[in-house]
Amino acid sequence: MSHRAQKDSDQARANPLGQALTWLPRLLEPVMRFAQRVLGTRRMPWLFLTPNLLIFGTFTFLPIVINFYYAFTGGVKLFPSERPFTGMENMVTLFDCRDYFNPSTCRKDIFWQAVFNTAKFAVLQVGLMVVFSVITALVLNKKIIGRGFWRGVFFYPVLLSPVVVALIWKWILQSQGVLNGLLIGVGASPTEWLTSANWMFFWVILVSIWAHMGFYTLIVLAGLQAIPKDLYDAAQMDSASPWRVLRRITLPLLMPNLLVVIVLALIRAVQIFDEVFVLTGGGPGTATTFLVQFIYQTGFASEIHLYGLAAAASLVLAGALLVLTLLQLKITRGGEIRNSDAEGGAGHA
Amino acid sequence: MFHITTKRLSQLAIAIAACSSLATWSATEIRVMCYQDGNECDVTKDLAKRFEAQNADVSVIVDTVPYKAITEQLPVQLGAGEGPDIARVTDLGGLSRFYLDITPYVKDPKYWEANFGKALAWLRTTPGDKGIYGLQSQLTITGPFVNKTLFDQAKIAMPGPKATWDDWVSATRSVAKATQTPFAMAWDRTGHRFAGPAISYGAKIFDARGNLVIDDGYKMISKKFVDWNKDGTMPKEVWGGTGGSSYRDAFEEFKNGRIVLYLSGSWQIKRMDSQIGKSFDWVVVPNPCGPAACTGIPGGAAFVALKRTKSPKEVGRFLDFMAQETVYSEMIAKTENLPAHAGVAAKGVAYNVDAATKAAMNTFVGEVGKLSPIAYQIQGYKLNRALFLNTVTRVSQAIVGEMSTDDAMNRLVKDIDEAVKATAK
Repeated sequence: MSHRAQKDSDQARANPLGQALTWLPRLLEPVMRFAQRVLGTRRMPWLFLTPNLLIFGTFTFLPIVINFYYAFTGGVKLFPSERPFTGMENMVTLFDCRDYFNPSTCRKDIFWQAVFNTAKFAVLQVGLMVVFSVITALVLNKKIIGRGFWRGVFFYPVLLSPVVVALIWKWILQSQGVLNGLLIGVGASPTEWLTSANWMFFWVILVSIWAHMGFYTLIVLAGLQAIPKDLYDAAQMDSASPWRVLRRITLPLLMPNLLVVIVLALIRAVQIFDEVFVLTGGGPGTATTFLVQFIYQTGFASEIHLYGLAAAASLVLAGALLVLTLLQLKITRGGEIRNSDAEGGAGHA
Repeated sequence: MFHITTKRLSQLAIAIAACSSLATWSATEIRVMCYQDGNECDVTKDLAKRFEAQNADVSVIVDTVPYKAITEQLPVQLGAGEGPDIARVTDLGGLSRFYLDITPYVKDPKYWEANFGKALAWLRTTPGDKGIYGLQSQLTITGPFVNKTLFDQAKIAMPGPKATWDDWVSATRSVAKATQTPFAMAWDRTGHRFAGPAISYGAKIFDARGNLVIDDGYKMISKKFVDWNKDGTMPKEVWGGTGGSSYRDAFEEFKNGRIVLYLSGSWQIKRMDSQIGKSFDWVVVPNPCGPAACTGIPGGAAFVALKRTKSPKEVGRFLDFMAQETVYSEMIAKTENLPAHAGVAAKGVAYNVDAATKAAMNTFVGEVGKLSPIAYQIQGYKLNRALFLNTVTRVSQAIVGEMSTDDAMNRLVKDIDEAVKATAK
């Protein structure tokens, strides 16, 4: 026995939990040997995968299957056996539009308004958040005074519950809120933020960026720290301007991280619900009603529960998310292949 | 001798402890899902303790939940065959398919029929149904609260009992202007409150076949309401500040003296009494008139027995206890609500309130006789949410300028039609 193994064994003996952990594999060994004899070595991985498969199957796969079934049924009853099969009726209802670019011509105008709001939100929020994340990460990567504190400041909102985020901002934005109090204090006239569609869309984007930017900043920061310092030294020797360094060194080398950030943020943006629902309830009118809220309200909040229509809308959402996820897979795998090619190339060299 | 006595005493103590723990262990537990506007669940908890003292085999657990849990989570739970044994609900007809008939478990069904007759009908699924499905814990009537202090400060006389909504708009605007109050009026964000003025303005709500209809009366009040929101008579934030059909009351605006008239209902009296206190004088005035009526909407909350319960006898016993005249009267007095019990209403309730609150309650009681038959019909209609909720969504869209009032009404007709069709499947 090696010295290290002897030491581990001594520690385990001294610690009851460690002792139990040492005995556990020995206790399981006969069971595993029996299982291996029955199943064969090649099928043994399935045994280890079974618990996870059961949980995944029950809580993820089964609901997806049920959702598919509900999307093709009607009525307001909850149990699948009590729901009449209506074929494509729910999809036809959702897609019944004279002009897809004008929600008011659609039978389900609020659904289409939600689709457009979600698309608009995803583009604006993700675009702005990536820009702000990069700028913030660039600043936090410098040797500034209180760097740790500033990193904390930008990351703390990520730790807050979305409901808390929404309530804080509601308190700020309501007509008798903090912001209007400040405006009155400086002699400006107060604004009804919550009843102005454009202002509310702006605030929803801003609040969302504030709440999530810290996470993406961290990813970008990690990317920045992985860029070899020699490149910057070389650029400095060549008297390259900071703008040129950013364009020619930082951004190209940051691109794999940025792509991950963009795709993750896009997925999150398409799923936006909790903080906006608490902050605006989707209002004013339908100005901040997004796809997930439409699904929730149609299926659960309206008291006449149109589960089928909600399930059909969630299939549309699933389609959008599938496209984004495939994009993410393609990007990350592309990155892996490029990296392995580069490593291989370096090896040959 | 002493030794023996001590030993025997110890044995006796152990035996008693064992018996009592066995009794506790064997008590049937019933859960009550309860929301409260004031202190309704707290009072119910106290009464439940008294019931438990008289019925050692039953344990009643009252879970106080937000109103949203009753309107959004309870229907889903019940649809899935889950949920509490009893729930305090306001969608009286809409959830009726989940109710349990407790007729076999109450001592005297005739007592229930004699005292809760009208309210029992709201809980029934069909007109011929004679079942007892729950206890109407309070009768409510919608109506306006007025900040009397502001009227006094403005030296403007309050409109009389036959005044129209237009008269009140004019008067409250003048008061708001004279006292620099931000807004003249506010209505709770719910189709239930909206329905009273709508009927007063001639909305029939139902067509000849009993289907929901959006007629000229409904359109007229919708247009007026949207205009009042747009011209600053009402705070846009109450209806326009949120999306969908979520409920939002305007109590905070009234409490903070930001509005002169507030359309809500009798269940707010307790909050008015406890939260406004001496800040200003408030009064309840009769529902303003329209060309067709001067009506509010009746309603209320009921403790309903639910089919999924595994203890129907105990549920019946508990509701029967709560329905007894002395208990019911005490509950109504403590919660400062209007009784739905004919006997209690006839004898009067010993409210421990000041003169202003008593006057407010009397005004609401006086409104009962003036309620339009349509108001009773819509309250008992099991698909009334198809009208109430969609009204909120569409009228709010018109208020914030997303669509015209006419377009909102056209959309409302379609929404109601789709909701009613879906429930027929």
